[in-house]
Amino acid sequence: MQEPVLHISGLEKSFGRNDVLRGIDLSLASGCVTVLMGANGAGKSTLVKVICGHHHADAGLMALAGKTYTPHDAADALTQGVVTVHQSIDDGVIPALDVANNLMLDKLAAPGAATIVHNKALYAEAKDIAASMGITVNLRSQVSDLSVADRQMIAIARAMARAPKVLILDEPTSSLSAAEADRLFALIDRLRNRDVAILYISHRMSDIRKIADRIVCMRDGAISGEFADKPLDYEGAVNAMLGRQMSDVDLSLQQGQAAVFQLQGLTLWPGSEPVDLTAKDGEVVALVGLLGSGKSRLAEIVFGLKPAAAGTMLIDGAVYQPSSARDAVSKGVFLSPKDRSTNAVVPDFDITNNMLLPFLSRFSSAWMLRASRQRARAQSMIDQVGIVCQDAGDGISTLSGGNQQKVMIARWLVEPCRVLLLDEPFQGVDIGARRDIGRHIRETAPGRATLVLVAEIDEALEIADRIVVMSEGTVTGEHRNQDIDMAALVADISGGESPSMQDAPSEIRMQ
Amino acid sequence: MNDRLLHFATRYGFLMLLAGLVIYFSVMAPGFSSARSAAFILQSVAITGILALGVTCTLVVDGFDLSIGAVATSALMLSAYSMVILEHPAIMAVILCLMMGAFVGLINGILIVKFRVPDLLATLGMMFLLIGLQRIPTQGNSIATGMALADGAVAEGTFSAGFLWLGRHRFDLFVDRLVPMPVVIFLVIAALIWLFLSVTRHGRLMYAIGSNERAATLVGTPVSTYKVVAYMISGVTASIGGILLAARLGRGDIASGNNLLLDSVAAALIGFAVLGAARPNAFGTAMGALFVGILLQGMTMLNAPYYTQDFVKGAVLVAALVFTFYLSSRRTGAGH
Repeated sequence: MQEPVLHISGLEKSFGRNDVLRGIDLSLASGCVTVLMGANGAGKSTLVKVICGHHHADAGLMALAGKTYTPHDAADALTQGVVTVHQSIDDGVIPALDVANNLMLDKLAAPGAATIVHNKALYAEAKDIAASMGITVNLRSQVSDLSVADRQMIAIARAMARAPKVLILDEPTSSLSAAEADRLFALIDRLRNRDVAILYISHRMSDIRKIADRIVCMRDGAISGEFADKPLDYEGAVNAMLGRQMSDVDLSLQQGQAAVFQLQGLTLWPGSEPVDLTAKDGEVVALVGLLGSGKSRLAEIVFGLKPAAAGTMLIDGAVYQPSSARDAVSKGVFLSPKDRSTNAVVPDFDITNNMLLPFLSRFSSAWMLRASRQRARAQSMIDQVGIVCQDAGDGISTLSGGNQQKVMIARWLVEPCRVLLLDEPFQGVDIGARRDIGRHIRETAPGRATLVLVAEIDEALEIADRIVVMSEGTVTGEHRNQDIDMAALVADISGGESPSMQDAPSEIRMQ
Repeated sequence: MNDRLLHFATRYGFLMLLAGLVIYFSVMAPGFSSARSAAFILQSVAITGILALGVTCTLVVDGFDLSIGAVATSALMLSAYSMVILEHPAIMAVILCLMMGAFVGLINGILIVKFRVPDLLATLGMMFLLIGLQRIPTQGNSIATGMALADGAVAEGTFSAGFLWLGRHRFDLFVDRLVPMPVVIFLVIAALIWLFLSVTRHGRLMYAIGSNERAATLVGTPVSTYKVVAYMISGVTASIGGILLAARLGRGDIASGNNLLLDSVAAALIGFAVLGAARPNAFGTAMGALFVGILLQGMTMLNAPYYTQDFVKGAVLVAALVFTFYLSSRRTGAGH
């Protein structure tokens, strides 16, 4: 390995009684992509926040290019050459400005910059930066009009204008489609050639296989494994991250009983092909598809958030036509939406009230809430789903991401329903929590039809009795989850020709 | 240790400060710690307190109602107009005012949920509209019995005894004629709103809307309805405040109630700091109103000049906000 650019030794950080980092030793070399893997709550984000100056370490040393590095805030870290692109992209760009102004923002904000902006010079310089980074969008288009991927590129390009020594990317692909992610990887390759030390944080094996030169695993606030020898030992890395052997899930497949939920000629958008689908009692059906395949649209229609262009939905043979989310819930159709922090978590509430939110009327007499009844129910769900917490009355934000997600899933298992839709139930969840959630969904499946909407084939294989593939607003294939012909499945997803099979399934990036 | 101290400070600091103030004034200002003085303080905060409780409901759903002061003065003018010029009985005047408050709240709510006008702007617009509207029927004059009307006649109606009773009656409690009616109404409304927000499912859902509106929608909460209801509560409580003000003054004084908006918003925001809630709550709002009242009464008794009052209120508000947002962010920001 080359001379390390950033060298960290004995780094410790705790919040109150919670020791989050317990002696981290880590070196980053220039021109090398180091992937940092770790389950939820392993301390990855905290480590990043210490490196980028957001938190101060309690103990330990950091050295940047041989000199002691103790950033006193995020701006200081930037000027010293440590640049971080955070998970939420909009932190890195100003949506109301155009591309050129975004690229030049740091120059504009720098102390001593000229008061009057010379637009011509600004656009010329922005053009050079864009060209060197391979950005092709119109420099005058407003950032808010761009795709997520383009915004991310601009955030990174902006960071690169400072010629950083270290670039940290925190789960950069979490909201990108496959093609967009490939563009990001091309950009990372460019940066690697420019001798930037890159720390890349991700859960996704498919990303990691594509770009990692070296893998570092974290567990419980400490480094639990380092893999630098080619070929990289991915399985070993996963084991080091989880501290246990990964095992395949054994499913006892259900045929399902009577048809509960039927879509007949449902057209998602005007002009798209109709969808026909039947989900049976006790059956778990996974809907798999790329970004724009229509699965999220389908969920919105079934949950009464958007109207269908045409077609009918039936529940137990009767026509079902929800007018709102409220109407859908009252008719026994529940949806656990994706992006829990935006769509599901009520950050001010405790675990109990978050979990029971849709059903507060069941836990109140007249208008008054029955706190003891709420608590008892929440506690029994906590035990069933295996939520790790001190107390049912703890704030939801005291939980790790995986446990928050368990609460969000448990929310919709509190009351029985006819149709349960789970949109990306494993988003931002480590494999341990993912197994817990999957097991519980399968255990409770009898009595309802369950539709699970996922992007990753692996996740579908883990939970479903039947896998239905969607592409361009319609169903393109259906497979019983047994001895699946992977090649055919992948071909269905990509909407036609089968890509080379050596990569499948986990290499295939889906959203 | 440090953490525990911080926790203790955010939770009880404000109430301890309140207790400290009471002790300080009791020692320094003879007569401060008397039943009369307490009743006076309560009376001085009753009307702003009632308005503040209404604005608390809109804060809970992450909204804001800037029109409360204007609603209160409109109710003041409307009740005077109704009784003095239209010669309605007291009950009619009260019903008209309450309906006006509910209607303004309804319009505010519709502007916000239906026409997507940001809450601050919608209620600011409504505030201007009402300040202007209440002047039109009387050509910008105050209303009192015996005033000359536009057609040359003289206003014959009077504020009825029953109406004035609402503002001026005092109940006996240990001392004769001690507790004024507005204080009783304030305490009753405070108790009702506290119960509504903290132990009913409707209150719980309103807090959910304020914390994550999207999540509340996706669990089937009728978000728009709750928001409109919050503004209607705010409108009704503001009109109650206006009625009590009219009943105390006994005339439709066009210049009254200028300070109502700022004072009541301050009370609601100071309330964030009580018990470390860091969010709107009825108990905190009542305590916030009381805090300002005690401070001003104590200062007055120590002969501080009247013109320092607004400065002191502002300073208390800023301190309370720092207390709420800085300390509680240090406390909860310790996650990862």
